This record gives sequence, C-alpha cells and structure tokens, in this order.
Amino acid sequence: MNLAESFRIAMRALNANKVRSALTMLGVIIGVAAVILLVSIGTGVQKQVTGSIEGLGSNLLFVFPGNFTQGGGGGGSGGADIRKQFTLDDSEYTQTRIGEQGLVIPQLQAPARLRLGNRTMSSQMTASDQNGKDGSAGALQSGRWYSRGEVVGASRVVVIGSGVRDELLPGQDPLGREVDVNGQPYTVIGMLEAKGGSFGGSQDNNISIPVTTAQQTLGTGNISSFLVKVTDAKRVDQVKAQVERILRPRYADQFTVFTQQQTLGILSTLLGTLTAMLAGLASISLLVGGIGIMNIMLVSVSERTREIGIRKAVGARTYDILSQFVIEAMMLSIFGGIAGILIGAGGALAMQKWVPAQVTLWSVALAFLFSAAVGVFFGVYPAYRASRLDPIEALRYE
Amino acid sequence: MSESHSVEVAADARASAIGSSCSIDAVLQARDVTKRYILDEIEVNALCGVDLEVCRGEMLAIMGPSGSGKSTLMHIVGLLDHPTTGTVTIDGEDVSHMEPNQLASVRNKRIGFVFQSFNLLARTTAQANVELPLIYAGLSGGERTRQAKAALERVGLGNRLTHMPNQLSGGQQQRVAIARALVTQPSIVLADEPTGNLDSRSGVEVMSILQDLNRQGITVVLVTHDAHVARHAQRVVHIRDGQIVLNELVTDRIIAGTEIASLDADALGNDDLVALSVNARPVA
Repeated sequence: MNLAESFRIAMRALNANKVRSALTMLGVIIGVAAVILLVSIGTGVQKQVTGSIEGLGSNLLFVFPGNFTQGGGGGGSGGADIRKQFTLDDSEYTQTRIGEQGLVIPQLQAPARLRLGNRTMSSQMTASDQNGKDGSAGALQSGRWYSRGEVVGASRVVVIGSGVRDELLPGQDPLGREVDVNGQPYTVIGMLEAKGGSFGGSQDNNISIPVTTAQQTLGTGNISSFLVKVTDAKRVDQVKAQVERILRPRYADQFTVFTQQQTLGILSTLLGTLTAMLAGLASISLLVGGIGIMNIMLVSVSERTREIGIRKAVGARTYDILSQFVIEAMMLSIFGGIAGILIGAGGALAMQKWVPAQVTLWSVALAFLFSAAVGVFFGVYPAYRASRLDPIEALRYE
Repeated sequence: MSESHSVEVAADARASAIGSSCSIDAVLQARDVTKRYILDEIEVNALCGVDLEVCRGEMLAIMGPSGSGKSTLMHIVGLLDHPTTGTVTIDGEDVSHMEPNQLASVRNKRIGFVFQSFNLLARTTAQANVELPLIYAGLSGGERTRQAKAALERVGLGNRLTHMPNQLSGGQQQRVAIARALVTQPSIVLADEPTGNLDSRSGVEVMSILQDLNRQGITVVLVTHDAHVARHAQRVVHIRDGQIVLNELVTDRIIAGTEIASLDADALGNDDLVALSVNARPVA
C-alpha cells in the first residue's frame, strides 16, 4: 500500500468524525497559535529595544561599576559584585583625561513618584548633567535642557517625557508648570519628543533632572554609571581602552566598559532567552494538545478494532495498519498546525497596533514541525497497538 | 444424511498422514492441529489433533454444532489464528512458522474470506470494499477499479458499485463480501456460516453464487451447523468436540440454482393457478 492510499484512508476516517476531529485539533491549534503569538511578541520587543539602543549612535561607551566580565565571559547577567559606586568625581576626572576625544555624561537612575494637582504617576528618573540630552534622552520637542549653571546650583528643574505630559497635563503646555517629584516641587523646563512604541511607552514616561539635585534629594554622592560619547566613531575601541586605563588605578578591575555592540549583545541575549522561555511555555500547551491526539487515537483504535481485523484478514500488514493510524494522527496535528499558524500569525499582525509583535519564519517553522512531531510521537503508540492486534482477536471484538 | 456415503474418519486420517489423498493436489492441508486456550483459568481444548485436506477445485463443508471447533478450525486454516501445535500447508507451502507480515501476504493472495456477519467496512462503497484486498496487494488505482467492478459483476452487483453497505440488503452485502473474497483470485475461499444472517431466499442465492464459483474452478470451504447448507457441498467433514468424527461424500447434492428455479416456479405456479381458476370458471 502506498502513502497516497494511506492518506486517503486517513482523510476518510477524519471526515467520518468531523466534530471529534475538530475538537482534537483545537488543542494543537491553541498550542501552535500560542507559540507563534508569544514568539512574535518576544521578537518584536527584542527588535524594538535593540533598535532604540542602536538609535543612540554607535559611538557610545557605557561605563558601569562592578565587574561584569568575570566568569560570565561577557555574557551579561552573571552576578556582578558592585563593591564601589562611581561618583561625579570619577566622571569629571575621566572627562579631564580624555579631553576632546569624547563627552562624559554622568547618569543616576532612580524611581520617581510624580504628582500634579490630584493626578499622580510613577516614573523613572535619569539624572544627568548639561550634556544629558546628547546621551540617551533623545530630542527635545519643546523648551530646553538644564544648563551647566542649573547643574552646579542643583536647581529644581525637570525635563519630562511626552507621556508624563499626557498623564499629568493632558493637552496642555507643560512648560513652566510645577510638578512634584518624590514630594519636592520642580519646574518643567523642557519636554522630549514621543518615542512611542514599546510596552506602555515606558521611555516616554521618564523624566530627567540635574544629577546634583538628584544626589541631594536622594542623599547620595554616587552616580549609577556614565556614558562616554566618543567624538570620532572610528576611535571607539581606543577610547574604551583609555577609559579603562584611567579608571584602573581607582577601581582595579571593579568596573566595566561596554561598547554599544556589547550592550546590544547582552540585551539581545537576555531578550532572546525571554522569548525562548515564552516559546517553551507555549509549547506546554502543544504538548497537552498532543496528549489529546493520543487520547482520541486510542479511542479510535478501539472503536475500529473490527475494521483493523477486516483489513488484516484481507491482507493488511503490520506496517499498513501502523502507517494508517500514524498518518491519521499526523493529519490531525498538521491541519491543527496550519490553522494554529493562521490564527497565531493573524493575531500577531492584529496586535501590532499595541504591541510590537513580529511574526518570524522560525517560529512558524518551529510550531509547524513541533505539531507534526507531536502527531507522530503521540500517534505512534496507539497505531502500534492497532498494528499488533491479532487478526482473529480484532475480528471478534464487539 | 443417512443416505450419504460415509467413510470412517480414522481410515481417512491415516491416508492423509502418509500423503495427499486428492486426485489432483491439495490446496490446504492441516496436520494434527490442536488449539488450546485458557478461559477464566479453565483450559479449553478447542481442537484436538485435527487432520484436514482440501483438494483443489472441490467444495467442502465443515459441519458441526456450535462449540464443536469448526470456526476455530476455519480461523486456523485461514491463518487468522495460530494453532497450538500442528502444521498448516497452503498450496504446498508450510505456513506454520511464518511471520505476521508473511501470513498477511498469504491471506491477501491465496485466501478469500466470507463471514457470517459480512464484515464490510461501514461508510465505504461496495466497490471500495472490494478494492480493499487489492490495495494491500499493491495494485494501481485503475487496475483496482477494473478488477473490483468485474468481481461485483460476477456476483450480480454490477449496478450497486457506489452503494454503502447500509443501503444494501443482507444478501447483497454478503455478495459484496464474496466479490471481495474472490477479487484477488485466491486459491481457496473460506466461508463461515455465509447464510447464517440471511433469509432463506438470499441464503439460497448466496449458495448459488458459491456453487457457480466452485464450478468455475475455485476451491470453496463452507463452515456451517446446518445440514441443509452442508449438502450444497461435494464432501462434508463432521466435527464434534474438536475432533473430526465423520468424512462423507454428498450423494444427494443440492444445486442452489435448481432451488431458486423451484422457488420461482412455486411463486409463479400459485399465480398461474389463480389465473387458471379465474379463466376456467366460465368454461366449467
């Protein structure tokens, strides 16, 4: 018996039990759709995050306290032990030493609670100096960045993201308005352009205040990290080496300088892991769908024991029966897989309005192959049982 | 059965143990076949040392009451079941130690089955049912269709190709089953109570078809508990308690074609009588 014949027999069997076939496929459909949808979201977010870092320009160095390279091989998260934080003195000293080769931008990050009138929101502050707008902040839509004088004088001025305006002062000009940051009044002097996109537009909900002001209110002399914007993009590696030489006497190896490429690599790895995790979780539902297929195939085998007996009596070999039932299970999972792909990919495209979902070929291929594999894997056992039936036992079965 | 000529079993068994007693050759030989199985911890001896020989071209009936082991014997010589001991030879080939797949191939090519309960695939057309053995024989679609149609025409169902089993009468279903049994041109057709589920008229028709096939050279083995059905065969082997007790040649063989003719004649005759009496009245 050839394969085409097996396919026809399987089709006929599935057709004879339409509702049951459809319900069985539902398990696979949900599994495949979930895999594609979650992987699409994961990939989309990854693309957007790395895209926004790339948007900062390729000439940035990120200098962090603590050693991120030990043990992890630069892989990233591997437990950096931060013994000593940077201070403004470190960033100023670095600036003096590298001179015209680059611009050093200190950064101090902290959560912030904003209030205006009876409206409140939680936000993230990135405190910096007068050069902060050249770092990661992005372009100003209106107003201005804080000046050197305001940084030195630790003025209570704030540059807000467009999301903050939308939340606290919808439709109004925020410039000159007073906003409470962690309970202290600040004057809004500038607003950043909307970057849009990522989950809840989180970057647009950020604010920036002078680093000195932040240190005062937070009661610290430290900064989180600093950026070095290298003047000549071709000399990024040399400047990196120089920054390392400058800081080594102070911090030994307890600091790390990342180029933008490295940062991207780390983030990509991190988000890639997250995506894989989502795919793994969704795969569990595929597995459950596969067990559903096995269940139905076992029912189908016992229901059709007599048919198996008849087929064996007229000359069906073990292989013929085996392939008939395996193909039947595979068709269930492949049809389910195709429907799942359509639903998953369609859902991801429909969600693009809110989430940067991106349908990737590999997730579609993975889901499809996985569903086919599920069909084979969970179909083989019932099919094997069917094929091993003794013809006379099968014929006697009532 | 009293007027039939009978032969003592012991003598026959001795003869077949030495070699074939058939005039041409034996299609099927069973030697000292036993079948034992355990049912609820009780050992059942379904067959106790049966010797059976079916000659090429003959029509043989295996007859016995229910529980005599006649169906078990048919299943064993039909390779649906394994004997506990003993050997089965088909077309001179010992099949006792064959693999399941080899047995499937022998069933496919050399044996045709007709069951009491028809055993057709449900929701499958008559033609597709008849094609089934040809699928497993590996024939191409066109050739299958041609042969299946020919087989169905042979049993008088050339106009029922696309009917589903549930659209056919019992007699028609059994004829589809016969077409399926003979479509591979087997060496032997094994029929297990082929008329058991049929009304007498359909039963006679089925017997007529089996006799026609036998006349065309196909070896037929009939398993039945019914002495009347058995008398359609040329030879009857009586089995009781798992042993062959009598092997007789049928002297007053029933020809199903004649039976049908007389049934028709009876029906026609009654009508004629009515017609005659109507016509006769004025004259009388």
